[in-house]
Amino acid sequence: MSEFLQFFLTGVTTGAIYGLIALGFNVLYNATDLINFAQGEWVMLGGLGFYTLSVALGWPLVAAFAIAVVLVAVLGLCLERIALRPVKKPEPITLIIITVGASIFLRGVAMRLWGKDPYSVPALTASVKPVRVLGAALMPQSLWILGIVVALMTGLHLFAKRTLSGKAMEACAIHRHAAWILGIPSERMVLLAFGLSAALGAVGGVIIAPITMCSYDMGTMLGLKGFCAAMLGGLGSHWGAALGGVVLGVLESLGVGYFSSGIKDAIAFLVLLIILMVRPSGLLGASAVKRF
Amino acid sequence: MECRARPWVSWMAAAAVMLGCMVGPKGLWGAEPYKIGGVFSITGSSSFLGDPEKKSLEMAVEEINAQGGIDGRPVEAVIYDTEGDPTKAVLAVNKLISKDNVLAIIGPSLTPTTLAVMPIVERVQVPLISCAAGIQIVEPVKPYVFKTAQSDVLAVATIYKHMHKHGIKKIGILSVTNAFGVSGRDQLVKQAPEYGIKIVKEEAYGANDTDMTAQLTKIKGQNPDAVVCWGTNPGPAVVAKNMRQLGLTFALYQSHGVASPKFIELAGEAAEGIRLPTGKILVADLLPASDPQKAVLTRYIAEYTKRYGGGVSGFGGYAYDAMHMLAKALKGTGGDKAKIRDNLEKISGHVGITGVFTMTAQDHNGLGPDAFVMVEIRNGTWKLLD
Repeated sequence: MSEFLQFFLTGVTTGAIYGLIALGFNVLYNATDLINFAQGEWVMLGGLGFYTLSVALGWPLVAAFAIAVVLVAVLGLCLERIALRPVKKPEPITLIIITVGASIFLRGVAMRLWGKDPYSVPALTASVKPVRVLGAALMPQSLWILGIVVALMTGLHLFAKRTLSGKAMEACAIHRHAAWILGIPSERMVLLAFGLSAALGAVGGVIIAPITMCSYDMGTMLGLKGFCAAMLGGLGSHWGAALGGVVLGVLESLGVGYFSSGIKDAIAFLVLLIILMVRPSGLLGASAVKRF
Repeated sequence: MECRARPWVSWMAAAAVMLGCMVGPKGLWGAEPYKIGGVFSITGSSSFLGDPEKKSLEMAVEEINAQGGIDGRPVEAVIYDTEGDPTKAVLAVNKLISKDNVLAIIGPSLTPTTLAVMPIVERVQVPLISCAAGIQIVEPVKPYVFKTAQSDVLAVATIYKHMHKHGIKKIGILSVTNAFGVSGRDQLVKQAPEYGIKIVKEEAYGANDTDMTAQLTKIKGQNPDAVVCWGTNPGPAVVAKNMRQLGLTFALYQSHGVASPKFIELAGEAAEGIRLPTGKILVADLLPASDPQKAVLTRYIAEYTKRYGGGVSGFGGYAYDAMHMLAKALKGTGGDKAKIRDNLEKISGHVGITGVFTMTAQDHNGLGPDAFVMVEIRNGTWKLLD
């Protein structure tokens, strides 16, 4: 029993991260119909940026956290401005390929800046003593991760449903041209979505870095897992992203625990394939979601 | 003042040039140099191996020339970069043989690149001293292929010996799913019966995995005395951290693959008490004065630090040892490759950075288990175990 609980808690923690990355995909998808394959790179830059500010420069953790996220958000804005907006014929496939290119570029730059070695960053709370839950161990950092992810989920939900900007963003997602005719500055909304999704990725990077360490190449796999989680939960649905992430994380952890350690990454892609075949709209997604 | 200084400067320069001509290789030697080839992964993802190897080879060549060269002839090294790519390694070795006419080749840095060039040197019969770890390079023995890096066979033997001495009988294995981890796992399984050790659980993890608690929980279920983790950063650091998180108390052994200060930095507090085998270079200052390698190691570290400003690792030692053994083997051969090969096989008791080499016709690596020492991480630094 305690073994199962351990697998489960581990799965929920990693799953929360996948959910957060999936949320980043969703925010952008909701505003622009675009899947940003550089989403994992925001996670990597968040983690490495946090390392540089907190460990290398010795800033207080909170300041390093905030500035790292802001910097990555600014990079997100730059990506939209420099690489995506100037595209003459913004077909979805063209834009997606641009984001793939951006992800390779960002990884290369990070390798130049930080080198190939992984870096370790401190946990948000100093204690390394785990909390005991029925014989299973839960790290304080896992509680931080769960707490921050839940807070961000709630915040985003309120932002989308209760604020004018959030509603304007959704309007852009439904029909950008119509929204523009109605006086919504759709280009600014797109820019906002880019910054927001980059910031979400960066938060993910900062909060997982103490557990997993960070290196220039951590983004690819995390990005793909986040994408699986988003598809699993249903593209565009925030709660779906969270659910998809947790389901994926727990499935992986149980797979390693009860079957074999070798199949961990295969599980994510198997789940993705099954979902695309059986229920393309995902668990909580609207059935009208388009497929690329 | 300036006008008067100018002729001075040009006179000095002229004098320097003349001096340079007199003591420079050509002026001093007059004889044709012995050409040695070097192929290392100087750039690319394994530059941490190739870069110190290139530097150490150059250093060894200068040392040999400063001591009068070999039979009155200087040594010249021609070095190419493989970028860790087997195809480029093959091209470089072909170039060294056909264009540069080298007498022997040192390198490549990696097992895959070495395996790629081995058929060539065997065919044209040029001695090759590889700096890679894979046991398949020298097992079975190929006449013209030697290597200086320790094999994981020795690392496993060192760990098992220590376990045997301290009454550890039941172990769990956690290895990374790449060439390094698979080879280490095979050795762990193969040698376990010799030391009366039983493997109760065997687990693996992916090179980029970020959480190993599930595997550790499974191992814990079998109540082992210790767990052996076989991988390179960052996986083993995650394992160390996860063990702390789960509150597991059995001993953790790591492979020589993490024997660097970087591992301690990554694992932080969780590194405390971890035991691992390492080449002696990491603990040179802790070695007893009676250790035969102590003097060689101290000199190498001092010289390397002086020239390149630190960053000493065991990897450079592979090329350094290879060059010095080659220099011994070159003596009296007049550049005959078959004779060089024969002499390499006769090298006995050569005290190097990596260990004390004694080559035979059956053993082209020439190292014993004493090439490794067991260390424990305490207070963020290494402590020599007996």
